[in-house]
Amino acid sequence: MIRFLLSRFVTMLATALALTFVVFFLTNLAPSLEKVAKSEIGARVSDAEVESWLNRNGYGEPMLVRYGEWLGVVPGWTHSVDGEVVAGRCAGADGGVDAGARCGILQGDWGYSTVFRRDVIEIVGRSLALTGKLMFWVMMVMVPGALILGVLAGMREGSKLDRSLSTVSILTTATPEYVSGVVFIAVFASTAVGLKWFNGSATSAMENATIENFTLPVLTIALYGMGYIARMTRASMTEVMTAQYIRTARLKGVSFPKIVLRHALRNALIAPFTVIMLQFPWLLNGVVIVETLFNYKGFGWTLVQAAGNNDIELLLGVSVVSVVVVLLTQLISDIGYVYLNPRIRVS
Amino acid sequence: MTDTATDPALEVAPGEPILEIRNLSISFFTRTREIPAVMDFSATVRAGEALGLVGESGCGKSTVALGVMQDLGVNGRITGGSIKFRGEELTTMSPARLREIRGRDIAMIYQEPMASLNPALKVDRQLMEVPMIHEGISADEARARALEVVRDVRLPDPERILDAYPHQLSGGQQQRIVIAMALMSKPALLILDEPTTALDVTVEAAVIDLVRELGEKYGTSMLFISHNLGLVLETCDRIAVMYSGEAVERGRIGEVFDEMRHPYTQALFRAIPLPGADKATRPLIAIPGNFPLPDERPPGCNFGPRCDYFQKGRCDAQSIPMIEVPGDAHEARCIRTDEIDWDAPPDISDHRESPEIGEVVLKVDGLQKYYEVSRPGLLGGGEAQVVKANETLSFEAHESETLAIVGESGCGKSTLAKVLMGLETATAGGVELDGRAVGDVPIEKRDTRTVADVQMVFQNPFDTLNPSMTVGRQIIRALEIFGVGAGPRDRKKRMLELLDLVKLPREFATRMPRQLSGGQKQRVGIARAFAGGARIVVADEPVSALDVSVQAAVTDLLMEIQREQKTTLLFISHDLSIVRYLADRVMVMYLGHVVEIGAARDVFAPPYHPYTEALLSAVPVADTHVEKKHIVLEGDVPSAMNPPSGCPFQTRCRWKSRVPGDLCEREVPPMVSFAPGHQVKCHLSPEEFASMEPVITLAEN
Repeated sequence: MIRFLLSRFVTMLATALALTFVVFFLTNLAPSLEKVAKSEIGARVSDAEVESWLNRNGYGEPMLVRYGEWLGVVPGWTHSVDGEVVAGRCAGADGGVDAGARCGILQGDWGYSTVFRRDVIEIVGRSLALTGKLMFWVMMVMVPGALILGVLAGMREGSKLDRSLSTVSILTTATPEYVSGVVFIAVFASTAVGLKWFNGSATSAMENATIENFTLPVLTIALYGMGYIARMTRASMTEVMTAQYIRTARLKGVSFPKIVLRHALRNALIAPFTVIMLQFPWLLNGVVIVETLFNYKGFGWTLVQAAGNNDIELLLGVSVVSVVVVLLTQLISDIGYVYLNPRIRVS
Repeated sequence: MTDTATDPALEVAPGEPILEIRNLSISFFTRTREIPAVMDFSATVRAGEALGLVGESGCGKSTVALGVMQDLGVNGRITGGSIKFRGEELTTMSPARLREIRGRDIAMIYQEPMASLNPALKVDRQLMEVPMIHEGISADEARARALEVVRDVRLPDPERILDAYPHQLSGGQQQRIVIAMALMSKPALLILDEPTTALDVTVEAAVIDLVRELGEKYGTSMLFISHNLGLVLETCDRIAVMYSGEAVERGRIGEVFDEMRHPYTQALFRAIPLPGADKATRPLIAIPGNFPLPDERPPGCNFGPRCDYFQKGRCDAQSIPMIEVPGDAHEARCIRTDEIDWDAPPDISDHRESPEIGEVVLKVDGLQKYYEVSRPGLLGGGEAQVVKANETLSFEAHESETLAIVGESGCGKSTLAKVLMGLETATAGGVELDGRAVGDVPIEKRDTRTVADVQMVFQNPFDTLNPSMTVGRQIIRALEIFGVGAGPRDRKKRMLELLDLVKLPREFATRMPRQLSGGQKQRVGIARAFAGGARIVVADEPVSALDVSVQAAVTDLLMEIQREQKTTLLFISHDLSIVRYLADRVMVMYLGHVVEIGAARDVFAPPYHPYTEALLSAVPVADTHVEKKHIVLEGDVPSAMNPPSGCPFQTRCRWKSRVPGDLCEREVPPMVSFAPGHQVKCHLSPEEFASMEPVITLAEN
């Protein structure tokens, strides 16, 4: 077990390293850097001015060295005028710069966001908490809803209930969030239909989530995932319901509701469990659209801002967090699987 | 009388019918048509009596059982007739009343115990559920009952077993749990659907013993479904033989076995190897043709096209009713019962010579095969364990000889086959093929000649053929690999000859495997094995997956090709009846050891190795004249990862007490020689060996 965890941890590190390097490479291409410089010192500057700004701010060094700086394995850059260090990566709060010091991820320094003018760690933490809140409610709606849909549809394959529930789940999965979200806003939050039950913006939900301001974003994400999980659950359920041990239970005289709850459910949940856990990473990206649509300043919204402005260090921070979240949920999924299915032992 | 606590009003006196099936017809409905599965089936099970339902796969016997349980699925429907249980009509019963009866009054035991138990529930919960539903007793009471029943089915350490998940038990233990589950509410009728098909012979014997004993103890009536005539003889009072959806003969078991009055029953008995059958003088007689598909049944008598006594214009003119024949409620579905001379001996025109046994082809010397496996738990590191699959195997096989390798699952016979084939390499010891050492040469390093020389016929013909390649193409592929033939034209010719050899029509070359029946697929498998002129063919249970009526034909074919090609046949089997019929020499294996080896007649007669004795006693024999000694082995085969010290068989041996001291536990016995070539690995003294009696005796009639 410990070896299993260890190998998972190593995988996580390797993936994070590879992904951040790719992101670093793309954000540090010459045109991207030019964009950063122009956003800092104004759009109407000459190429020479851009060049000198980049050099002064440590962007001039070779890419690999700078990646090392970000990681914290290479001393941070310094810029000196007349032999005196005036600026550097490792500038403290008092403006003093310690030449030769390392300050990267390994030292716990995630860098500084050029868009938000704040430390990356602060922004990532705040937006992650907000998205966590959104995700929590999405899961609370999506998972039980999907399982109930799937189990109800799968327990009697081919019945009217099965066919109508299956149609519903296909419909919800086939509608992307940017369609359903816009439709929801139009129907429930605008004067177009006039229902105006809910709020079209979720900005206020960041401080104080209520049914009014949080229902629409939660529902938009949940519905899309719900159909998918429900389909998986249904397939798994129909298979279990034809298993011989279900016949055994039936011929023992067990009533149908008890067959479903006691004999079929646990076996039928093994397959969808993995799918549910796969929804977490997907949610991280899926929320991008919904958070932008409903103006909810979570992780996805932050990602969009960082990417749109080529905020290098923020993008890197977001990448690391994403990798950790994805692989951590997979680990939980694997361990949970073992407890759900007594036949499997981790090896 | 019984000691059950059922309502006295419901109690049925012995001899009264408990289950009455009258003219039952069951059909399955597809989108386009109706497929009749059971037609005009009648049977009666009396209180305390066991009825055997016998027939080949697809004859509708399981459908009858599910019909009684009223569990025919969405597509199945009862289209006619009635099923009465204690006078109550089951076909029109309400679902609520049915639920009351299922599990409490009628219980079922299934073919595959692993699949029949819920993998995610512990054994105790699955057992306790039955009385909790039907008798409304508390969980504690139910658990006490479960403990008692688990003890009744003779499972060791009942507390531990109750607390286990099904996958943690062995196949035999699982089947005992299924039986325990059926007995939890002391049902009046027990339906057993091929309850031992997935089990080893000695385990099968113990389970059958248990079922019979519990049936007597609880006074349960039984409907016993099986394809194995021997098993039915051992367990049942009455029998119904089914063919293609109909009962063709019905009566007391002794009468049907000794005075059968239907040509199909007679043909079945002539197709199975009974003691006395011999490949040279009294060969098996295969039933010609194939089982008709449900939608291709012939007019008139269903068996007509395969029947020796068929008369055109009579047998195919009208549907044949059940006709009374002399005896106790003995009936047969044949209009010619009075005209056929039932005592006429079978026509054996083709008397064959036994082939001359030739030179040594295969020499195995001290072969040993260990596997290393690691079994880490969820917590804590795994330690490597060694599976001792083969221990110092030594034997020789000659040209034109059939050497049978007998033993139960886990005895190492498949590992031996793998080493011979080159799929595994030996840990120690040598294998010589025609003087060349091949034991440590894996198959990818063997030359073409060696690969073609050692071939295999597999157990399951259904998934050993590539489903997307024509039969002809698959055989040509084998020819290409073996380097046979000068070019494509030559190979095609050779392929057609091979089809002739295995007696398949040449048109089959262009067919896909799915268009073939099981027996035909196995013939293709045989053609492929013999394509490169193999010196040794390892046949791993080649007929055990086939129906009785085609088993004889495939066995016969193997023998015939062997005679022509002078091949050495290593026949791996657990079925001693067929081994007795065809083997020249027999090698009995247990836990990786050869415990007995010798000429077939020596192995099948005393002195025996104690394990051989138990095996012989365990095999059910479908002959009322045979007297068998009753030996039941306790427990399961020990794990090859942790074999017992000394003699591998000492944990289950009934002769162990005759050996002084703890010799059996300390030392692996030496090979003791009796007749030339007959060796037994046992510590017993010569006097003890001399005192052994034959397990099977043919009573004079």
